[in-house]
Amino acid sequence: MILARKDILGIKELSKDEIVLILDTADSFIEISTREIKKVPTLRGKTVINLFYEASTRTRTSFEIAGKRLSADTINISASTSSVVKGETILDTARNLEAMNPDVIVIRHSAAGAPHMLASMVKQSIINAGDGAHEHPTQALLDMMTIRAKKGRLENLKVTIVGDIAHSRVARSNIYGLKKMGAQVTVAGPATMIPKDIEQMGVNVHSSLDEAIKEVDVIMMLRIQIERQHQNIFPSLREYAQRFCLSKKNISLAKKDVLVMHPGPINRGVEISPDIADGPYSVILDQVTNGVAVRMALLYLLTGGKA
Amino acid sequence: MNWLIKGARIIDPSQHIDGPMDILIEDGKVVKLGQNLSASRKKGITGMDLAGFVVTPGLVDMHTHLREPGFEYKETIQTGSEAACAGGFTSIACMANTNPVNDTRSVTEFILRKAAETNLVNVYPIAAITLQSQGKSLAEFWDLKEAGAIALSDDGKPVLDSAIMRRALEYADSLGLLIISHCEDTSLSSGGAMNEGFPSTELGLPGIPGLAEDIMVARDLLLAEYTRSSIHIAHVSTAGSVRLIRDAKARGIKVTAETAPHYFTLTDEDLRTYDVNAKVYPPLRGKHDVEAIKEGLRDGTIDAITSDHAPHALTDKEVEFEYAASGMIGLETSLALSLRLVAAETLTLSQLIDKMSTRPAMILGITGGSLRPGLPADLTIIDLERSWTVSCEAIRSRSKNTPFLGRNLTGKAVLTMKGGVVTYNELHNCHDHPRHS
Repeated sequence: MILARKDILGIKELSKDEIVLILDTADSFIEISTREIKKVPTLRGKTVINLFYEASTRTRTSFEIAGKRLSADTINISASTSSVVKGETILDTARNLEAMNPDVIVIRHSAAGAPHMLASMVKQSIINAGDGAHEHPTQALLDMMTIRAKKGRLENLKVTIVGDIAHSRVARSNIYGLKKMGAQVTVAGPATMIPKDIEQMGVNVHSSLDEAIKEVDVIMMLRIQIERQHQNIFPSLREYAQRFCLSKKNISLAKKDVLVMHPGPINRGVEISPDIADGPYSVILDQVTNGVAVRMALLYLLTGGKA
Repeated sequence: MNWLIKGARIIDPSQHIDGPMDILIEDGKVVKLGQNLSASRKKGITGMDLAGFVVTPGLVDMHTHLREPGFEYKETIQTGSEAACAGGFTSIACMANTNPVNDTRSVTEFILRKAAETNLVNVYPIAAITLQSQGKSLAEFWDLKEAGAIALSDDGKPVLDSAIMRRALEYADSLGLLIISHCEDTSLSSGGAMNEGFPSTELGLPGIPGLAEDIMVARDLLLAEYTRSSIHIAHVSTAGSVRLIRDAKARGIKVTAETAPHYFTLTDEDLRTYDVNAKVYPPLRGKHDVEAIKEGLRDGTIDAITSDHAPHALTDKEVEFEYAASGMIGLETSLALSLRLVAAETLTLSQLIDKMSTRPAMILGITGGSLRPGLPADLTIIDLERSWTVSCEAIRSRSKNTPFLGRNLTGKAVLTMKGGVVTYNELHNCHDHPRHS
């Protein structure tokens, strides 16, 4: 099977079959990262540009390692070092990059829709590495890969996502993906963090953490951005932590074999207590490991690889 | 020029006329309307056989942005006037958010001088309510009126301070100047890129709730009631505003209102592709709002349809959606889009012409919107059947920012006449022939 699309802009556009194809391919790539020599020649001669308009350590490094393990040439461009500071528009940057004939452009941008704009302008494959509060498809794929590896399935699992859903691209991509794969999704947070009409995405909404995690298979905690306090989305980190921090006190409400996930970077003691983040339920580092495999799979499939 | 127009369906809401009739035009003025008119003995009368066409008073657009002075790369008074003529307009009122802002006599005079040089449409400057539209101190209303301003608006920005809006209403009303209010509570809207609703949630774009408009409409209606002044609400986009204005009219508040074709044609679902040309302020709303706007037009709550023609160059638009300028051009598509209301039987053709010509002229207190004998022969000839495609090549406006690019529309102004002079003519272009310009 091949992935018959030019770009990965969001999970919304992907079919269930495509998601399964990507996850299966990623599973097969896991082993490469455990070898003594962590490199295969699959993408030799291919060029991957990581165009990051927004700060990122984890995602950018993960894409870079994914490319390198497949022997692609990877180039990182970050907004602070590129011509962005000179006032070049994203389209001019894109046209210039296009003229250098890369094979894949990975883009992260603080503005929703920026990857879509890029994809319509250049002939290269575009992978969305996060656009504003819109989508973060590779994160959702690595999350689904992690859940599937631990639980053996995604179908009929109960998954709860907790935190600032309104500003979260991770939440949106996971909702699309998990729903397509047959999971039941609940979102939880104070009403100020729940975007308008989210029920129409087919999720349950709770404003109590205890209610939201009762008997669930998976809990995904989202990072609370301290800057948002100034927008009065929550009164204080102290109060937020009192109401929504996942800790020993409340984790027992979930199923005994619950998985605790977090896209990182975590605020210890705010949305998640250290003993939970480092404890037996946590698969946070598995997520990071699987992230490399998922990104390898996408680079491979988008450059014409067969699964 | 002298003309004898025969065989057309004449629609003039100001005289309650809708039917076949002839019109005689001499020396730039309407001389006579009637059956079987024949040319007087005067020389140089050109006959026009217009069987199958509709003749209306020249269309009047009470809300456009001509961008001159200051933003000539987007539009000029010349190019905006050309677009207006092509859209069937003979009179347009232009908003004050130029650079410098039209808050002083010299800017108003500049606009009028440029418009007179262009001499394609009647251009009526709307001056700013407050200096530089900053919402802090009133502009010199009397002096601006003397210079030729016909109304006042800080359009593009709201007058946030209620006390200043109150004083503006009182002072303007005593001069017979209409305040046109851009209703927006910026504490609820700032940072927003589109209507707040399910599409904004899915697209991850910051939302602007309809509430940001409703709250200011409510405030302005209360201020108008208290000060017993007239007020005109610009670009109504929400069901809430329609309800508030309907109630206010029933209570006798002197309010009039306008909407623009995109608010009854498109919804926030049309932003699914992040089309920057559909980014507009106020933002495209939900289905429920669109239905309420149509109902408001039908029951008379909304008096006028305006283009809110807002030209922006490619450089203002070809950026990330959140950073793109808000606004779309509309002078050349307004009529065809509004004719869809007639096709859908929301309005009769006569009601539509009322909202696009007679009423706006009345609201602004300007000549026009009528084919009464003695008035300047400002008229529009419409081919209701003409099918055409919106294209960059055909658009006369300097900017091409419209989400309707590539759309096939039905109905077009095929000849526009101002004071007996033809300002636009594609009357003889047949359906199957390419258009020449």
